[in-house]
Amino acid sequence: MNRRSELRRYHAHVWDEPIVMQMGQKGERGMMLAEVEDAIKRTVGEAASYIPQNMQRKGQPRLPEMSQPHVLRHYLRLSQETLGMAFNIDIGMGTCTMKYSPQVNEELVRLPGFADLHPYQDEETVQGILEIIYHFARFMSEISGMKEFTFQPGGGAHGIYTNACMIREYHKTNGELDRNEIISTLFSHPADAACPATAGFKIITLYPDPETGLPNIEALKAAVSKHTAGFMVTNPEDTGIFNPSINEFVDIIHEAGGLCSYDQANSNALFGIARAKEAGFDMCHFNIHKAFSSPHGCMGPACGAVGVAEALSEYLPVPIVTYDGSRYHLDYNRPNSIGKVRAFLGNIETVVRAYAWIMSMGSEGLRQVSETAIINTNYLIRKISDVPGVSMAYPKQRIRLDQVRFSLEKLKEDTGVDTDDVARRIVDFGVQEYFTSHHPWVVPEPFLPEPCDTYSKEDIDYWVNIIRRISEEAYKNPEIIRTAPHNQPISKIKVEALNDPSKWALTWRAYLRKHKREN
Amino acid sequence: MLNELGVKSIEELLTIIPKELRFNRPLNLPRPFQSEFELKTHVEKLLSKNRTCKEYLNFLGGGCWQHYVPAVVDEIIRRAEFVTAYAGNTYSDLGKWQTFFEFQSMMGELLDMEAVSLPTFDWASAAGFAVRMASRISGRNELLIPRTISPERLSVIENFCQPKSAVGHITVESVEYDHRTGLLSIEDLKDKISQRTAAVYFENPSYLGFIESQGEAISQVAHKNGAECIVGVDPISLGILEPPANYGADIVCGEIQPLGIHMNYGGGTGGFIATRDEPKYISEYPTQLVSIADTVNGEGFGFGYCTHERTLYAVREKGKDFTGTTVGLWTIAAAVYLTLMGANGIKEIGEEIIQRSHYAAKLLSEIKGVKIAFTPHFFKEFIVIFEEKSKTTREVNKSLLKRGVLGGKDISTEFPELGESSLYCVTEVHTKEDLERLASSLEEAIR
Repeated sequence: MNRRSELRRYHAHVWDEPIVMQMGQKGERGMMLAEVEDAIKRTVGEAASYIPQNMQRKGQPRLPEMSQPHVLRHYLRLSQETLGMAFNIDIGMGTCTMKYSPQVNEELVRLPGFADLHPYQDEETVQGILEIIYHFARFMSEISGMKEFTFQPGGGAHGIYTNACMIREYHKTNGELDRNEIISTLFSHPADAACPATAGFKIITLYPDPETGLPNIEALKAAVSKHTAGFMVTNPEDTGIFNPSINEFVDIIHEAGGLCSYDQANSNALFGIARAKEAGFDMCHFNIHKAFSSPHGCMGPACGAVGVAEALSEYLPVPIVTYDGSRYHLDYNRPNSIGKVRAFLGNIETVVRAYAWIMSMGSEGLRQVSETAIINTNYLIRKISDVPGVSMAYPKQRIRLDQVRFSLEKLKEDTGVDTDDVARRIVDFGVQEYFTSHHPWVVPEPFLPEPCDTYSKEDIDYWVNIIRRISEEAYKNPEIIRTAPHNQPISKIKVEALNDPSKWALTWRAYLRKHKREN
Repeated sequence: MLNELGVKSIEELLTIIPKELRFNRPLNLPRPFQSEFELKTHVEKLLSKNRTCKEYLNFLGGGCWQHYVPAVVDEIIRRAEFVTAYAGNTYSDLGKWQTFFEFQSMMGELLDMEAVSLPTFDWASAAGFAVRMASRISGRNELLIPRTISPERLSVIENFCQPKSAVGHITVESVEYDHRTGLLSIEDLKDKISQRTAAVYFENPSYLGFIESQGEAISQVAHKNGAECIVGVDPISLGILEPPANYGADIVCGEIQPLGIHMNYGGGTGGFIATRDEPKYISEYPTQLVSIADTVNGEGFGFGYCTHERTLYAVREKGKDFTGTTVGLWTIAAAVYLTLMGANGIKEIGEEIIQRSHYAAKLLSEIKGVKIAFTPHFFKEFIVIFEEKSKTTREVNKSLLKRGVLGGKDISTEFPELGESSLYCVTEVHTKEDLERLASSLEEAIR
């Protein structure tokens, strides 16, 4: 069997489901409610009598009216038209760490002992969940070298934002309000620029050296000043390249009076190998929904676990879970805290899963996760190296850690097929699309796979064979790629409408008004 | 694989990390469980130390509420397709995108608005983003907010408002309320509003449960002064309460947790933002907006992100605030919930919550030493004041706990002017017997 015929046949589910707003019949019900007891009705009377006249809704909302089996059928079909990680070799999504989420952990978060807890319950009644949070924080301290953790931020970007708020508070406490600049690097996630900007900082971005792909230390020296508030950076950056001088960068920022915040979204290759502490960082964040195996859930619920060195723990958002030797407590008494960044304690379901994950991995297991991730990445680089039109960005950096950025510049020059075309074509082979890269594209026509610890040698071989097949197609029949996808429920969308106020429609009612002239 | 790479061990690959940055001992973590059975037993045992809102009778709310979660919602959000998908495009993840669009569409019907975004982390973050949108739209930097807002929500909003020294600083000023009704003082609002005011924010129902009936008057004051009117809502009330757009709201935000999402110790939250479909609003959203789109071969609908160029993904720090991974699975839960409830269900649940909560308030008001504040216009939550000073709210709640009741949230320190007080939440899950048990337990507890 030659390589080409090794690829399986594939076609995505096609259900042609109408939009739910077009479905159902007047009077159908998906859910019945308990009848309010007569005694209650007699005592209180009509509900409307408790709503001021002007506050009563006029007319019913035009929600669908559907029977329960039809609701179930509709959303089951829509679920089938969604390619979850569990169904495919999901190694195209660099920066996302699409790893296996152990099924047993899903059962744990569905237990009433977790799902039916209210966040304001008396501490006495939530000792079990507080114990999990407390111990998970200790695990995270060991993994990072940071002193204390909060799980309040609801995602990676939110964790970065929380760190920016703490940097702000630190300088305010020290009376240094003119420290209003954050330095980042272009290959750090865009949130490392956008979140501190939201927190009120000016952003200075260090561009990568065209040879090494790394930020230039001389540029950093030129960028620091009395206005430097901090440095927010990913390492390895979103190229999979590890900055070996990161501690020197940190020193320069510290000498200038700034704080250093480590975006550890890319931590999957570093468990037990390198930590924030040894590199001198003051604070960091991890994506619990990525490297720590909590599933991605169609974009959340997620957790940006934020850790800080001892000197900064007074700024953490409240409450922090503490332990007095016999009981667990919620500590709100932190006068220099930035307050709250989200309601309650955060998406604690991610913490329960990640706690269970670490309890199933241990120290050796975590180390093995990272070693496997690194071997997988470098194996993928090796296997893809002879695919025509594909080249690795910054080839002098031979070894990559968790992910690797490639370029299809040559493929585009030779065939006209660009990376967006390939991203649309790859889904025709039963794998999730790949992530091109964040903008700006300093690497032309990029793509960024991350073959994390979940994937086997055979998985990687298969994925590379898909890229190989697409490259062959590009040289022989580029039209098939430009018009892709072909094995999906729909063909290419007309993207123009997405930026045209007369055409975009964010709701069905807007669609009817703009496209069907209805109200 | 190492052979393919021409290396003998992983150490050769790790040479790219300098020695001084390497961590040179094993991580000190507990010995792992080898079997799934042991792991599951261990976590089950820990979680069994908790006392849940099903074992105890729960009256806590304040931003996370105990509602019934239909089985169909659980079935859908447990599908591995939805649990494990992430950022795929409209082709490979068509069902996810369609569900998101359906969420936006149904919320649009509830809210009577044409533009709804994918939710962010929670109500508080949604409010914070809404305030920043209003500040950019108006070019102004003051926010007026009622003193009756949840202090925790206010803290999140304040973090979004930046310090005085920053360019984007927004001053937050609180507006007084009528201590008899809870309603916003229009007089104080008129005193405080100015040409510097970016937005007036208020909630319906409010944190303290009462229905703010002066929406029209408040929005008129805001608009007369060139400010945006932002209203926060609990969407489960919108089958019976007027949508804020109809009393002048420009930006509406709120919490989706009541719509079929388990409390999860506060992890079940998600905050939506909605506006009119006008470029001046659309261009200021930080969150993702899913638009329906036609396909080149015309086989049904596809979807894509509307005006993606405004987000951090396209333009880093020049984007509108920030977005990222938020609450996709909860968005799906809310979509399924709204479909199940439908036009009639959402109306009935609103009525039922009103009847049950007012029945509870009536029973409690009959207890000597107990007063209900801000009656008769409240939805789902109400304030219980202990007039006799013999016991603090904290003590009353401890005593209730012994009787298997989680009493209302103690708000005595949040609103000292109300005295010893707590915020009680009653929903469709509370039966007549539950409410009568609350009344008799409370009667014993305050003695």
